[in-house]
Amino acid sequence: MDLKNVASLSFFLPEIILSGTILLLIILDLIARSGRGVALIALVGCAASLIATLDLYSAQPGWLFHRMMVLDNFSLFFKVIALAATILCIWMSLGSNEIKQVHEGEYYTLLLTCTLGMFFMASSSNLLMAYLSLELVSLTSYVLTGFLPHNRRSSEAALKYLIYGGVASGTMIYGMSWIFGMTGSLDYAAIQAALGQTQFNKAALFIAFIFIMAGFGYKIVFVPFHMWSPDVYQGAPTPFTAFLSVASNAAGIAIMTRFFFPGVSRMLPSGDWAFTSGVEWPQVLLFLSMLTMTVGNLCALNQRNLKRMLAYSGIAHAGYMMMGLAVLNNDGLSAILFYVVVYLIMNVGAFLVVAMIANVTGDEDIGTYRGLAWRGAIVPAVCLAIFLFSLTGLPPFAGFVGKFFLFSAVLKQGGAFGVLAVVAAINSVISLYYYAKIVKTMFLDTPNPEDKSVCVATNNFTLLIPLTVLTIVFGVYFSPLVRYTTQSLRFFVK
Amino acid sequence: MNNVLTYMTFIPVAGAAIVLALPNNAKLIRWVSAVATVPPLLMAIWLFKNFDRAVPGFQFVEDYTWIPAYNISYTMGVDGLSISMILLTALLSFLCIFASFGIEKAVKGYFALFLLLDAGMMGVFCALDFFLFYVFWEVMLLPMYFLIGIWGGPRREYAAIKFFLYTLFGSVLMLLAILALYFSTDPHTFDMRIMMAQANKYSTQVIPMWPFNHLRWGFQHVIWMALFIGFAIKIPAFPFHTWLPDAHVEAPTAISVILAGVLLKMGTYGILRTNFPMLPAATADMAYWCLGALGAWNIIYGALCAMAQTDLKKLVAYSSVSHMGYVMLGMASFTTQGLNGAVLQMFNHGTITGMLFLLVGVIYDRAHHREIDGFGGVAAIMPVYTGVTALAFFASMGLPGLSGFISEVLVLLGTWQKYPVLTILGASGVILTAGYLLWTIQRVYLGPANEKYLKFPEINGREMFTLVPLGVIVIVVGVYPSVVLDLLRSSLDQINQVVIPHL
Repeated sequence: MDLKNVASLSFFLPEIILSGTILLLIILDLIARSGRGVALIALVGCAASLIATLDLYSAQPGWLFHRMMVLDNFSLFFKVIALAATILCIWMSLGSNEIKQVHEGEYYTLLLTCTLGMFFMASSSNLLMAYLSLELVSLTSYVLTGFLPHNRRSSEAALKYLIYGGVASGTMIYGMSWIFGMTGSLDYAAIQAALGQTQFNKAALFIAFIFIMAGFGYKIVFVPFHMWSPDVYQGAPTPFTAFLSVASNAAGIAIMTRFFFPGVSRMLPSGDWAFTSGVEWPQVLLFLSMLTMTVGNLCALNQRNLKRMLAYSGIAHAGYMMMGLAVLNNDGLSAILFYVVVYLIMNVGAFLVVAMIANVTGDEDIGTYRGLAWRGAIVPAVCLAIFLFSLTGLPPFAGFVGKFFLFSAVLKQGGAFGVLAVVAAINSVISLYYYAKIVKTMFLDTPNPEDKSVCVATNNFTLLIPLTVLTIVFGVYFSPLVRYTTQSLRFFVK
Repeated sequence: MNNVLTYMTFIPVAGAAIVLALPNNAKLIRWVSAVATVPPLLMAIWLFKNFDRAVPGFQFVEDYTWIPAYNISYTMGVDGLSISMILLTALLSFLCIFASFGIEKAVKGYFALFLLLDAGMMGVFCALDFFLFYVFWEVMLLPMYFLIGIWGGPRREYAAIKFFLYTLFGSVLMLLAILALYFSTDPHTFDMRIMMAQANKYSTQVIPMWPFNHLRWGFQHVIWMALFIGFAIKIPAFPFHTWLPDAHVEAPTAISVILAGVLLKMGTYGILRTNFPMLPAATADMAYWCLGALGAWNIIYGALCAMAQTDLKKLVAYSSVSHMGYVMLGMASFTTQGLNGAVLQMFNHGTITGMLFLLVGVIYDRAHHREIDGFGGVAAIMPVYTGVTALAFFASMGLPGLSGFISEVLVLLGTWQKYPVLTILGASGVILTAGYLLWTIQRVYLGPANEKYLKFPEINGREMFTLVPLGVIVIVVGVYPSVVLDLLRSSLDQINQVVIPHL
């Protein structure tokens, strides 16, 4: 299926709904100026878009808009993830004091625009489209990071984000221009065909791939393109940090997978992949994956600000997920998809608790968590402990199953990948130290006499409890999720 | 009694849920928890009675599909080896609830976590699916971390995280080994029974691993080592033992009992359950150094460390290191006596060390310190208590007529046929053990009564209640060891027969 502009529109309904909601929000914000109303409209828009997205699962996969975009289960999966993250973020924002200080109409408008960008990232099948969608997400993210007025940290973070982002996307588009120069096309299918037919200079291709990886890597947050993330996570409003940590990462993985798998590799009948280019880019990923998880975990060890610690932990998790890309098989990819879902649940959960506590204490320093469980906040403390242990990868929590699938994909490949598995396993042990440090502070430390009791608002429990329950349920009964992720792993290739 | 193993494992979980739902009434919570540990104990006794000793292999098997896509199933089943451990777990859990009645801080949390721990331990000994085994293995860690960390002594935070990190390090290696085993079965499965049936398929072809080429390890050896390190940390075998003294000293009494009585056994249980039958060729190659020599070293090293301690609890902790050495030594012999002796030693060590920790707890509750040199003449103040202590000490020492003697003699008998030098080293450990235990009795219990402690009340009814069942078992097994040995024989023979052709 290769559709022209008008014919594509009916398969473009989720994006249309989202765009419509964005326009509506701008107008409503001018008229009503009610933060809560705007948020609710945004929620409704997202929900409608989600329904439209799920509905497209039954549609026939194909190219849209003259092969600019592609419609397949893989792109739908990441659209669902982006929407889920947006909905969770809006819900969190409703109960957050940080967001009440800002101009809420603009906040939600930008958030939805960012989501729209992620939709395009998930489905772009053309280098130009990939670049534009990535920039759309980046630009809105810069603004949202610096959204807290009169907050030095927030402004500083936005500026750092902008500079790093600018450099990374500049590098990426330079790499893309090399690919275009060699293959004569921006279209993934054409690039793949050209790579299969002609023997290009391997060094040139390698450099182009590395440059493109810089742009994607900056979104997924892998070393050495990770420098921005701790500052941005710490400075940005917490609900947006939660959103950024999962959705931006997921979208980055989507765009990278799309480029490196159906884009420049060939699917074998067995379901495995082979690179057409002769350039062994998975080895680069293998190395970067080890580096990313190790650097992330080691840097997290001594952090005292919880958001910052979670930023480094996010880097480490990006490293774990990259293992699934490096093994170059479908097991690895479906393990990534599984991990993305699980990571969405547990990481948003962790940020939610951080936001709830910060609402009361106004601080994310680990010191304010001292003896939290004994200061009237036992429920958030237990939930945070569950999310953190899940992030460590301990059963019976969902994080364990995610890691289990990643490890199994790596070990199935055997050989040198055994080393990667061992490095990842040791990294999980290292990560336990800092996750358990938070748990220790909350449960094992006795509160100081001057520590006030923490009375959290219970309205966030409507989100917290389901996330906790899901973390446990997917830890013991993950069959439905496995089925969903395997089903989502269908690319449309010619 | 269908699904008896499932009930046994999950009744404590239900108990934990009920405890959490109860109002904050300490007395009520304690008794509900105690009641929740009764059914597993009764079921364990039922299993002990109804287990068909003549038939090797697994009985009372439950097999349900869990995650079909990855061939993960919920498989439970027991053989003689597991039943001996289940019996120990059920009994110690039941008694430890009573030993925990003195806990005042966050009672609800304590008992809920304790019951979860109980469920995890039961699950490990029942699981026949490697994935399930791993889940239970890890599930135990969390309650243990909190139980040591919240209700422990002054350095509890350090001890808790050390325990956690050590064990997790072992478990992740184990996870990788499990996955490697999974991928070498055909069709891929986590079913331990199939892995055992395919034992001879795991390649022993040497893979070069610079700089360890001279070891001539194959795939089987690498997997063996990964599993072994995971289990050795739990045993704890030298040099992975350093978490144990810290954890024991800081943990509350009941948790020390569980730690020494059950958790340490999981290490050796795991080796017998997985390494032996699944990787027999590697087991035969590795046994001398990794089990035999390391076991003998554990015996002597642990005993010497115990001798140097000034803290009574730490002394008992190091004596555990020493006694678990006998288990490893016996396992390495691949003789009927050695193997039976090793597992009997696991059982006996659970009961004897359980008693020792409970006894240390009794005196700690009164004196609020455990300095060996700080007492003196306790026999004159608390004669009954001293009598029970003497029984436990003598059992630990291996005095004939008590259970410790039988298992140690069996181990040494079995080992003598294979490794005379190691046997002599191991036997010399008996003398060292007698040395530190008798010296302790002399310093703590004999001599003139310490004036400070004249007002100590004698051991009370609740404390006696926790000690008497263990004391009875120590004497019964010491006089009539066949009670346990009959249970083990056919199961252990089966495990042994797999390895012997590879020796």
